[in-house]
Amino acid sequence: MTIVEPVTTKTKNQQKSLRIAKLVPLLVVTAGAIIVVVLTYTLPPFRNYQLATIGAYLCVTAGLTVLTGLNGQLSLGHGALMATGAYTLAIWQNKFDLLLPGIVLAVLVTTVAGAVIGLAAARLRGPYLAGLTLAVAVVVPSITSTFDRTFNSDQGLSVALEPPPGTIPVEQWQAWICWAGALLTVLVLAYLVGGRFGRDLRAVRDDETAAKLAGVGVARTQIMAFVVSAACAGLSGALFAVLSQSVSPGAFPLSLSLFLVMAIVIGGLGRLTGALIGAVLLVVLPSAAQSIAEKAGSQHLEGNLALTFFGVVLVLVMLAAPGGLASWKARRKLPTQKG
Amino acid sequence: MDRFLYLTFDGLSRGAVYSAFALALVLIWRAARIVNFAQGAMAVATAYAGYSVADATGSYWLGFVVAITGGLVLGAVVERVVMRFVDRSSPLNGVVVALGLVLIIQGVLGMIYGNEYRPAPAPFSRDAFEIGGVALLSRYDLFVFAAVGAVVVLLTLLFTRTSTGLRMRAAAFAPDVSRLLGVPVGGMLTLGWALAAAVGSLAGMLVVPTELGLHPNAMDLLFISAFTAAVLGGLDSPVGAVAGGLLVGLLLAYVGGYLGATVAPMAVLILLVVVLLGRPDGLFGKAKARTA
Repeated sequence: MTIVEPVTTKTKNQQKSLRIAKLVPLLVVTAGAIIVVVLTYTLPPFRNYQLATIGAYLCVTAGLTVLTGLNGQLSLGHGALMATGAYTLAIWQNKFDLLLPGIVLAVLVTTVAGAVIGLAAARLRGPYLAGLTLAVAVVVPSITSTFDRTFNSDQGLSVALEPPPGTIPVEQWQAWICWAGALLTVLVLAYLVGGRFGRDLRAVRDDETAAKLAGVGVARTQIMAFVVSAACAGLSGALFAVLSQSVSPGAFPLSLSLFLVMAIVIGGLGRLTGALIGAVLLVVLPSAAQSIAEKAGSQHLEGNLALTFFGVVLVLVMLAAPGGLASWKARRKLPTQKG
Repeated sequence: MDRFLYLTFDGLSRGAVYSAFALALVLIWRAARIVNFAQGAMAVATAYAGYSVADATGSYWLGFVVAITGGLVLGAVVERVVMRFVDRSSPLNGVVVALGLVLIIQGVLGMIYGNEYRPAPAPFSRDAFEIGGVALLSRYDLFVFAAVGAVVVLLTLLFTRTSTGLRMRAAAFAPDVSRLLGVPVGGMLTLGWALAAAVGSLAGMLVVPTELGLHPNAMDLLFISAFTAAVLGGLDSPVGAVAGGLLVGLLLAYVGGYLGATVAPMAVLILLVVVLLGRPDGLFGKAKARTA
């Protein structure tokens, strides 16, 4: 008796569930939008501001987790890309004061910057790429001081912002803007990653030679990953400019880039839920550390406690569960599969 | 011309420090195939320790010894406690863990010492002597050259003339065979990290008096410069690291001197990009077969 594996054709039921699966990101994002709108009406202004900050962080962590988690390229320069977006928006706003085109322009300019770095990145591996992007992050203050006529060195620029329409409080308005950007980012990324592009990303990450043999353009995929991720960082930077209504190199220090890496690693590399966990941590942990520092009445603790805590968590997570918090459940189910 | 000569000597003196720091990176790369992104933060930590002791006792040299010893201990601890347990299936993991260490060290230093610049006096005068009417070198520059030169000579002797050095090279080159032949591979790895961190601490102690002072982030730019130097030298070659360090030092001195100090970091970035894209194996590295 010969056993013939049945040729797998999708039954009607499977096709139906596939169609539903394609709708999942849209449903999740819609649900997210409803939750955010409801939350903004119930939360006090400061909490709304924090909520808005989570949204702004979510843009960049989502983009970074696609780059690092799915494509295996570690970027320590996303803080600099955020700065690019933020400065673009600031310069635009001070001339024209039209928010939406400004944000689009910020994303475009950062995308171009990302493409340039991506071109270099496609030829570099592991520590070389990390070192290059680290240098990009370190160089931001140097650029703003050298071209101080445009960027006004360490003081930075203020961002003109029209007051929100009607009687909506500013914080609520900011939360809406930031979450609109964040949810749009997540939606686009979810569909990109769920399709052919996502498969290409993973194929290139896992085995470049095999990917190439299978007809995947390795360099093209790596550059595209960088471009997509840079666009997200640019959007996030622009949103941060809207949030703080000012931009300065101090807002985009090297530690910001490191925090972003930490956030996506702890949240779980390559997962958009991980990016959300990371974005929440980026807002909640410093705020918790701040209140501890205030209670202890020590100036030295301020900021540094969060820094230390982030570092400890990052090292522990890397040693205990390199797949991050979001991978724990999946790991238990599939102990042999690597994250 | 006077200015050019002055900048050349200034650049060589800075370059010597970058050489030492790049050498520390190369040592760990050769031993463990990890670029130690925490090197800068570790060097800051030991420099803080050194200057604390120097302030408390009034003796710079006691502080100097403490900083170097602290580097040895810190390097060994980092390897034994953290790096040894990193999942090596992806090269990213080592980098990410090192970044975690950077955050921890900078945070702890900030908590203890605060985030202000702390003055760090030099043990020798930094006023340059005049030779033929041109101010060229200070006593401190000579001290820097002597210290880095001594490290290079000692490391060369260690790796080429002693059995410990031979074991370290063997453990890095062929860990499994070495283990069969009775070489304590783990111990050699710890020793490599300890040595590298001590060399990094020396570089840190040497660079701090020439900068604004001690600060938890003081070594960020030094790290980038030294990384560029190490890559320029091929990342695998100690000779290359020393030469790369001197070249980067000269470039920074000229750019800083002629175009302004704020341009210098950009020059490092541009150099790094040019080297990585033009000659990713460095000026002194041997070309490897592509893996993909």
